[in-house]
Amino acid sequence: MTGRCRGVALYATLALLAGVSSLDAQISFDRIVRAERTPNEWLTYNGDLSAQRHSPLAQITPANVKNLELQWVFQARSLEKFEASPLVVDGILYTVQAPNDVVALDATTGRVFWVYTYAPSPLARLCCGRVNRGLAILDQTLFMATIDGRLIALDAKNGGVLWNVAVSGARAEAGYSFTVAPLVVKDKVIIGTAGGEYGVRGFLAAFDAKTGREAWRFHTVPGPGEPGNQTWSGESWKTGGGSVWVTGSYDPESNLTYWGIGNPGPDWNGDQRLGDNLYSDSVVALDADTGRLKWHFQFTPHDVYDYDSVQVPVLADIDWQGRPRKALLLANRNGFFYVLDRTSGEFLLGTPFAKITWTTGLDANGRPQNMVPLSEAGTQIFPGVQGATNWYSPSFSPRTGLFYVPVWADTYSTFTKRPVEYKEGQRFTGALPGMPIRLLQPSPVVNRRRPEDGHGAIQAIDPKTGTKAWEFTMTDVIDAGILTTASDLVFSGNREGYVFALDARTGALLWRANVGGQASNSPMTFAVGGRQHVAFAAGSSLFVYALRQEGR
Amino acid sequence: MRRSTSIAAVMTLAAATLLVAEVAWAQGHGFTPQDIESGGLLYQANCTGCHGPEGDGVAGVNLGSGRFRRGTADEEIARIIIGGVPGTAMPPSTFSEAQAMWIVAYLRSLADAAPSGPVAVGDRARGKALFEGKGQCLMCHSVAGVGSRVAPVLTEIGSMRRTVELQRSLLEPSAEIRTDNRFARAVLRDGTTTTGRLMNQDTFTVQLLDMKERLVLLDRANVREFTVLNESPMPSYKDRLTPTELADVVGYLAGLRVRR
Repeated sequence: MTGRCRGVALYATLALLAGVSSLDAQISFDRIVRAERTPNEWLTYNGDLSAQRHSPLAQITPANVKNLELQWVFQARSLEKFEASPLVVDGILYTVQAPNDVVALDATTGRVFWVYTYAPSPLARLCCGRVNRGLAILDQTLFMATIDGRLIALDAKNGGVLWNVAVSGARAEAGYSFTVAPLVVKDKVIIGTAGGEYGVRGFLAAFDAKTGREAWRFHTVPGPGEPGNQTWSGESWKTGGGSVWVTGSYDPESNLTYWGIGNPGPDWNGDQRLGDNLYSDSVVALDADTGRLKWHFQFTPHDVYDYDSVQVPVLADIDWQGRPRKALLLANRNGFFYVLDRTSGEFLLGTPFAKITWTTGLDANGRPQNMVPLSEAGTQIFPGVQGATNWYSPSFSPRTGLFYVPVWADTYSTFTKRPVEYKEGQRFTGALPGMPIRLLQPSPVVNRRRPEDGHGAIQAIDPKTGTKAWEFTMTDVIDAGILTTASDLVFSGNREGYVFALDARTGALLWRANVGGQASNSPMTFAVGGRQHVAFAAGSSLFVYALRQEGR
Repeated sequence: MRRSTSIAAVMTLAAATLLVAEVAWAQGHGFTPQDIESGGLLYQANCTGCHGPEGDGVAGVNLGSGRFRRGTADEEIARIIIGGVPGTAMPPSTFSEAQAMWIVAYLRSLADAAPSGPVAVGDRARGKALFEGKGQCLMCHSVAGVGSRVAPVLTEIGSMRRTVELQRSLLEPSAEIRTDNRFARAVLRDGTTTTGRLMNQDTFTVQLLDMKERLVLLDRANVREFTVLNESPMPSYKDRLTPTELADVVGYLAGLRVRR
């Protein structure tokens, strides 16, 4: 036996002792498709490709959740909002420190293995913070899209750069930026561009995971000769927005990938972009191999309220009028909860989950009727500019059959129509609507909200009927997403600096902890060393909880 | 007596007009009363050192007039607030775009809420005596550490609020109550009532500064009834002070300035 062989043999023995197999380290796409078979991991932004943000883990239960105990904290070297959802693979937690540093930590202790530091161009223009929502992984490669228009592949073992490409046309100085966590489908990495407040022409693009070479591109604002271009008057398509800044979902059966599309530009004056403005405020279903559009559904045609439809398109097989149906569930910023047939895009249901005044209602095809135009004197509209919900993830539990959504209930803005002119790199929005509720801050602020300004809530909605099963009401609004587990727990956090657990069937509060910073991402869960953990980001830190161990 | 009543009535009417003007303006510009309030807080904390509470502290510049030398659109003025004016004493700031816009909202509200007539500003020394004596203001307020801390501290109020606002607060204390100055009343499950200044609140707890100057945290689970009061506990001085006395108190308050 040579020394080298002895070394290999020794390694193999050690690996067995540690319960590690070399196979585990490879995150094949097949493993991502079957994420529910490896519930200890968290392999995509929303946990799996259906984007249900539901975990099969059930060690933490309604009965014992009160025994949750803080295990470790990661304090980011950043004062930005912590919007990233971590990934966990084989006991290693990967996350992003805003804007674009990648960190690998031991998931049990929080000790850092490596930090990849990336300094994005200072020319990057972001409407709402220099943030990032997370990573994707395939095999042993991590993917991060940057706020200055690049896509970077890193070796998950040491943070070394495998490739770093400038995405064609994504010029930071013109307002193109990536804040989205990429989605891996087969051998490709899919991202979309932000910049809906800068007059970008939005797109989704797929890149070869091995090389970073662009494989396909879907323009969310069609150009001349493409179907849908006629929904933009004149040259308005060139600055039409239609940004993409929240990760989509994927159905392996149909090979369709679903993405929510952002607002048209300029945001609050539609006079120079007459027409429906496709595919702004829509969900699009694309062939994952080619990027070809299979179908689309537009929630808010000719939007003048900034009702981005980037909300996560959640895929669920539900009972629909007595028959199984392949559904797409989406609680929209415009205040309606939608159920669509995800194979065809057919509208099945749309019901309001908050106070709505921008339309009198939806017709049989889901198209809003009698939309309220904006005036130069100012028009008060519900929901407000931040919407009835926003980018933070909802959750669907196949066990309860309920859809859980963070809600800004009964909030409003005063919208004012003002002239606006496109200048590259400048905001292309119109007048910023007034709102009694402030935008999210990383640090806690004194709650000065008045009851008449609306409130925050978590709602459980039955997709079969669109009716509310329960509501957990909060004093302040909410900017955190929702995780559900197979033990019928709902985890979330809020602007007040709490993280908490509710009973998924009743909405009853079961546990809460004050972590002192505003929660601005969606909780996730994983298991390591036989113990289930739940991770919450609040302020600029990540807080990881597990059940208290007996005898400790 | 009759004369003082009519003056008070005119003043009340002026205060009401102010309020209406502010609301109409907010609608016209897409700003809310909260924008104006936030902008006012930022302005008072960062700008009054040079520009003064009335916006006229720098020679040749009157921010309260509604006209600006270097810009007309809200966005232009916001850019100046952020970037400063090179070659002048106006420095760049670290305000966000939204914060700068709130300050614009506040400055515009100054012009729209300009008083219909001059505000009577009387004798400071007489005003101080009234403030501490007949007015019983130290029962709730404090100046330079003397008095109660339940109501807003007035040590530097003259640097922060305009005379028209000081006068209005004395005549119509409930006309404008900043959200951080509101009082709340909680009836606990055991029947006891706690009233105090609402310091903070969340889904699970309420934090008050009670009338005995104790910082109290209440668990909402123990609270049977919770009311944020829309009325100020402060009485109106419309009928408690003569117009001359009122002017003297305004004079005293306006003179309570930041000392450097």
